[in-house]
Amino acid sequence: MNRITTKLEEGKKLLSIYFTAGYPALNDTVKIIQDIEKNGVDMIEIGLPFSDPLADGPTIQESSTAALKNGMTTEILFKQLKDIRKSVSIPLIIMGYFNPMLQYGVEAFCKKCQEIGIDGLILPDLPLDVYQDEYEAIFKKYGLINVFLITPQTSNTRIRQIDDASNGFIYMVSSASVTGSKSGFGQEQESYFERIAAMNLKNPQIVGFGIKDEETFQQATKTAKGAIIGSAFIKYLTANGTDKIAEFTKLIR
Amino acid sequence: MNYNADEKGYYGEFGGAFIPEMLYPNVEELRENYLKLMYEDSFQKEFNQLLKDYVGRPSPLYFAKRLSEKHGCKIYLKREDLNHTGAHKINNTIGQILMAQKLGKTRIIAETGAGQHGVATATVCALMGMECIVYMGEIDIARQAPNVARMKMLGAEVRPAKSGSRTLKDATNEAIRDWINNPVDTHYIIGSAIGPHPYPDMVTRFQSVISEEIKWQLKEHEGRENPDYVVACIGGGSNAAGTYHHFLHEPEVGIIAVEAAGKGVNSGESAATSALGKVGIIHGCKTMLMQTTDGQITEPYSISAGLDYPGVGPMHSHLYKSGRAEFYSATDDEAMAAGLELSQLEGIIPAIETGHAFAIFEHKKFKKDDVVVISLSGRGDKDLNTYIDYFKLA
Repeated sequence: MNRITTKLEEGKKLLSIYFTAGYPALNDTVKIIQDIEKNGVDMIEIGLPFSDPLADGPTIQESSTAALKNGMTTEILFKQLKDIRKSVSIPLIIMGYFNPMLQYGVEAFCKKCQEIGIDGLILPDLPLDVYQDEYEAIFKKYGLINVFLITPQTSNTRIRQIDDASNGFIYMVSSASVTGSKSGFGQEQESYFERIAAMNLKNPQIVGFGIKDEETFQQATKTAKGAIIGSAFIKYLTANGTDKIAEFTKLIR
Repeated sequence: MNYNADEKGYYGEFGGAFIPEMLYPNVEELRENYLKLMYEDSFQKEFNQLLKDYVGRPSPLYFAKRLSEKHGCKIYLKREDLNHTGAHKINNTIGQILMAQKLGKTRIIAETGAGQHGVATATVCALMGMECIVYMGEIDIARQAPNVARMKMLGAEVRPAKSGSRTLKDATNEAIRDWINNPVDTHYIIGSAIGPHPYPDMVTRFQSVISEEIKWQLKEHEGRENPDYVVACIGGGSNAAGTYHHFLHEPEVGIIAVEAAGKGVNSGESAATSALGKVGIIHGCKTMLMQTTDGQITEPYSISAGLDYPGVGPMHSHLYKSGRAEFYSATDDEAMAAGLELSQLEGIIPAIETGHAFAIFEHKKFKKDDVVVISLSGRGDKDLNTYIDYFKLA
């Protein structure tokens, strides 16, 4: 069974961490993944950097630019991850934009993910209809879960469509924003979280965008299954390097 | 073959809407409504009235006698440079501001490279009393100071794009991010025939007034609606899209595109997308784009800020791939020389972007009675500093 599916069946709220592969240094990838797992995090999104990350705020943009400058490529990331399953057992998801995958070859990319032990993909700019028309069969052939996003503006009809098309979890974007831009959750987020919870979707939801500390993690996971931290973790790495990951996760739960 | 967008926004294999879910409601709202709204009688009436009284259309189709003698064919110039604000860009911004109003939007955002689209957007926002924010690369802000001043004078806020290469591509990213952050009250006026469906098709339709006029104007001059060739420069490709539109399905009309080769197609400093690009995804559409083998979008270069874009509109990718259009590229030097020639033979100083179209005579020989219509997409006032430096005019 896919590791994401197994993880989602655990009774607890899930903490997931996103980081940009190749940042701060090109070869930090494996160490960061191992350290994140060691500190009790449930799932990891490995960011494949892109030159034009249009859904991301300045923090992830800058880490992506730096990672590319460090020399990160799809090929190098796959090489770094070759033996990752010897030391890491939590679900691993690659998150990136569609163009680098398209250039690598969608089927070759998926095949490589299966060989490595990647469990799922998040590709914000691969739209639902294109995925279903052209790529779903390939993703399934290689056992990959594709994760779709919903936002406070997504209509109920479309949320149902996305729920039907999903086979893992739904990535619930907390507010109308790019990554890393809101500070704290207000009434608007709370009612959105409640609205989604009331829809009784078949896929659990994991909240992302704007999670940065214990308080926002608690708020997000009151109704959702888990939460993803991205920009706040990258900021922490920028300030503290890769040696103190334990202290970061302690700030969350 | 069909050269227009199908209902999902594809031109052959190119186009579509590769957008993050955050943009889906906005783009979907536009997709569902744009055709219905723009062909309502009241919309058409207002649009055409503004094009006539405010923009100054129809723009003349001028027979360039001395240029024709020089190059041994019959050359007509479609004078988009005479439009209000000095380029074709305003045709589209007039259309889109009316669209924004119909959709109940109150805040307008735009991206700009050379500043022409930014000025055209700031202009229509002033006209309609709407809030206007223009994203412009930090580097372009420095090299296009007069247009920055124009936008400010028109009441727009110019926000520098500080990410990436700090030029047009990054200004576009910033505008898209703004739209993600402001999904309800904001309309994004894209300036070129790029972006997610329905933008390329909508922009083409608003710009198609150019070829619509060429048809009846040429009939008056030559007794026939179809020229032998239409020629336009291409960055993202909005003036080209408008210039070609009514001729795409007229097989006797040759379609010619001139891209910016910068310092030479293979110099590493170029924006000749058809020659250097591969199929990929940029700013929400699938099209030809300049990128690394790893799929990272590369930095283009051209002396003209308006052609300094790593992709080309999906319609043009299809025209290229299908062989419907002939693609050429002109270097900085060729474009500058062609601009000087037009100035001295016809008394018209073109924008440097437009100079590329006039460099076609370096690359293609026309027959004596060929009727060649060139889109004179913009005037050169904004480029005076570049001309001064290049030709040492000071």
